[in-house]
Amino acid sequence: MSTVKLTVNGKAVAVDVEDRTLLVQLLRDHLNLTGTHVGCDTSQCGACVVHMDGRAVKSCTMLAGQADGASVTTIEGIAKGDELHPMQAAFRDNHGLQCGYCTPGMIMSAIDIVHRHGGQLDEATVRTELEGNICRCTGYHNIVKAVLDAAGRMKVSQAAE
Amino acid sequence: MGVEGIGARVVRKEDKRFITGKGRYVDDIKLTGMTHAYFIRSPHAHAKVKKIDSSAALKMPGVVAVLTGQQLVDDKVGNLICGWAITSKDGSPMKMGAWPAMAPETVRFVGQAIAVVIAESKNLARDAAEAVVVDYEELPAVADMHAAIKPGAPQLHPEAPGNQVYDWVIGDEGAVNAAFSKAANVVKLDVTNNRLAPNAMEPRAAIADYDTAEEHFTLYTTSQNPHVARLVLSAFYNIAPEHKLRVIAPDVGGGFGSKIFIYPEEMVALWASKKVGRPVKWTGDRTEAFLTDAHGRDHITHAEMAFDANNKIIGLKVKTYANFGAYMSLFSSSVPTYLYATLLSGQYNIPAIHAEVIGVYTNTTPVDAYRGAGRPEASYLIERLMETAARQLNVDPAQLRRTNFITQFPHQTPVIMAYDTGDFNASLDAAMKAIDYAGFPARKAKAKADGKLRGIGVSCYIEACGIAPSKAVGSLGAGVGLWESAEVRVNPVGTIEILTGSHSHGQGHETTFCQLVAERLGVPISQVSIVHGDTDKVQFGMGTYGSRSAAVGLTAILKAMEKMESKAKKIAAHALEASEADIVIENGEFKVTGTDKAIALPMVALAAYTAHNLPDGMEPGLKESAFYDPTNFTFPAGAYICELEVDPGTGKTSFVNFVAADDFGRLINPMIVEGQVHGGLVQGIGQALLEHAIYDANGQPVTASFMDYAMPRADDVPSFNLSHTTTLCPGNPLGIKGCGEAGAIGASAAVINAITDAIGKNNLEMPATPDRVWRTIHAA
Repeated sequence: MSTVKLTVNGKAVAVDVEDRTLLVQLLRDHLNLTGTHVGCDTSQCGACVVHMDGRAVKSCTMLAGQADGASVTTIEGIAKGDELHPMQAAFRDNHGLQCGYCTPGMIMSAIDIVHRHGGQLDEATVRTELEGNICRCTGYHNIVKAVLDAAGRMKVSQAAE
Repeated sequence: MGVEGIGARVVRKEDKRFITGKGRYVDDIKLTGMTHAYFIRSPHAHAKVKKIDSSAALKMPGVVAVLTGQQLVDDKVGNLICGWAITSKDGSPMKMGAWPAMAPETVRFVGQAIAVVIAESKNLARDAAEAVVVDYEELPAVADMHAAIKPGAPQLHPEAPGNQVYDWVIGDEGAVNAAFSKAANVVKLDVTNNRLAPNAMEPRAAIADYDTAEEHFTLYTTSQNPHVARLVLSAFYNIAPEHKLRVIAPDVGGGFGSKIFIYPEEMVALWASKKVGRPVKWTGDRTEAFLTDAHGRDHITHAEMAFDANNKIIGLKVKTYANFGAYMSLFSSSVPTYLYATLLSGQYNIPAIHAEVIGVYTNTTPVDAYRGAGRPEASYLIERLMETAARQLNVDPAQLRRTNFITQFPHQTPVIMAYDTGDFNASLDAAMKAIDYAGFPARKAKAKADGKLRGIGVSCYIEACGIAPSKAVGSLGAGVGLWESAEVRVNPVGTIEILTGSHSHGQGHETTFCQLVAERLGVPISQVSIVHGDTDKVQFGMGTYGSRSAAVGLTAILKAMEKMESKAKKIAAHALEASEADIVIENGEFKVTGTDKAIALPMVALAAYTAHNLPDGMEPGLKESAFYDPTNFTFPAGAYICELEVDPGTGKTSFVNFVAADDFGRLINPMIVEGQVHGGLVQGIGQALLEHAIYDANGQPVTASFMDYAMPRADDVPSFNLSHTTTLCPGNPLGIKGCGEAGAIGASAAVINAITDAIGKNNLEMPATPDRVWRTIHAA
């Protein structure tokens, strides 16, 4: 057992876990943050994507211990109170989700994509960048629309800040 | 149409919880004292289980129990069943091999459960499972259908000599032979419909909780139809009587058919929770999903189509081998028979059809309904045949279709179905216009100059949805009725709860069902809640599959609404001292037509519950229910056209354009309908280009992870150009046909027709990987 100390959604936590515990298990089983999902066991589907120190990571593919000292943001931590993150709002407004299972990982990956590409996003770039997130419901059409829509909204909200 | 009524693009009510991480899926639920199950599964495709030694595992930390198949037998837990009886052409019943939830003696596919470890955590259960020593005696296995039916092949079930499930026929063979004897042209085609893994993103899961004092079970499970699960678990598997078993299907992360069936894992979890006296949770991983979720498709077919001198189809004969895997899953028997062969007329006037379907056991994962279920196989076959015929007869593929379209309705096909309405020319017109069909030759020539092979492929599909009239399916062997139920509860403050037997696992019922209420009463959808997925709340229901939730489930809600409105109007008329016939409902008010007298819905509801001043003899309360049994199937239809380019150097396919023109009847929420089409199209494209569940000759699965099985990713598929043509379904009062499966049914033929057009060769099997396409291009 080890104690892992990290910040999750702005809150400092210390959790005693078995050494083999994955970050996703720490989030789901120990912190009850069940918005982060597990859809595969081979790092392929991206349902488990969270942000660690501002970067998108697959939380099923790293040990909880590797997040020691890091700042982790999950799907539960991106809205400001009742105000949705622009990516969340864009997924809703563009019907970018159906069953909702891949959605948290999609949203977390998509925010990272916008951050990395700034305003230079087009459909082909979004599709290439979403390669590590699998959705079985939407056929990606409306997810791509949502990411492009949110890229514009995020630029506007950044400008406003 | 109001802003939230029928036809409005209302943003989904359920989205807020999903986009904020507050969805509640089975694996998100924790119960006090909960244990965790891990299944020990066969690594062999066919073997005798000689001995299971769990002594070392039982001594490991946190292990509560190791339970085996023999204990299931000892406790008289029933075998898994197939709920649709099919009769072979010789009059004999289908041959159902016994399928115990955990195998006590013989395993017949890789991944079949033989024992389960129950422990304090999933990791501890997994550790202990590795310490259980199983002694197997390997038996010869067979995974290939043709090999399985050869004399001398390894035999799976003593009940099924020759590994044959059934040999079933439909249609008039004499009439077909007569047609072929006078044919001007005959077109022949062999096609394989590749085996697919459904891969809903949420793996299956179950939590079982046994209450020793009440002798009552609660099961949380990933189900598309929790009431059917309860019925089967109770009536056939002997787990508990229905009133002692509550089944809850909370948020469910996709189904596509794979979560219709009742699987061994939830049966074992229930039984084990009583055995160990604590809640038991099982959550599958992705590899378990590949090994144990029922697969889809897997047909091998030879077909011949006869034409007269005017290019009119005069006959069709089809022989299909359908792979069932190692056991008959819950509705497997109906898929290659009544859901497949009854659609072989496609959109065409075909006077004589005969089809023979031979069901085959192999040492592979069981096969059952997957999005479309039989109808994609039929549509793929017919649309490949039409394209092949157009090339052979040297006519335009679109024109050949028009020459043979059914234009008069109702139309009785020779294979049971009576199409009620449609306009196939209209959808083909819309698709051809959207893709600029006339301009294709110029685009092809330009692509050729750039070194690319450009092709265009048409697919005109029809499906039978709104499943289904109970009497009709009963006469065809179904073990259940396929009606739907609904209850409308108006609360004393005027808010409304709709209880439905339909189950939403991505389809958006919490929004679309509210839109019906908004349309009829003029109340905002925020005042309406949809209750589903819990057998303690909703009395009964048949669940969601077969594109039935709007056509059947929503119609049941409409029937209950009509009863509720009728009573509410009586209350309003009494309060307003008016005639009931003069009451109209507008904007949440009951009005006396032609006057300014009105009473708001909450006041009517309150009057119903205070019961201080109701009409003489009226019962208090405002709650009505209805069961709705459809009168016919519904027949969504449409035209898909795909334009793509093939790189002759690599065999890689790139989409240029994909257009879809669908006729779904009335649309409740076009935004949600479009989403259903997008998702279906990508599943069809996935089948055409990428997906294939492969076994080696010994029955070892080769594709049991997302690293080996090619799921469609965002950069594999295009955005789509959708449109709708509309003929209202006459079979239900809302005119709805259903939209959930169309994309998956129609898309794959459009893709393959486009590739074969591009490369100028007709024999190409799915999935058309670059390797396969390149070899086909360069084949002698």
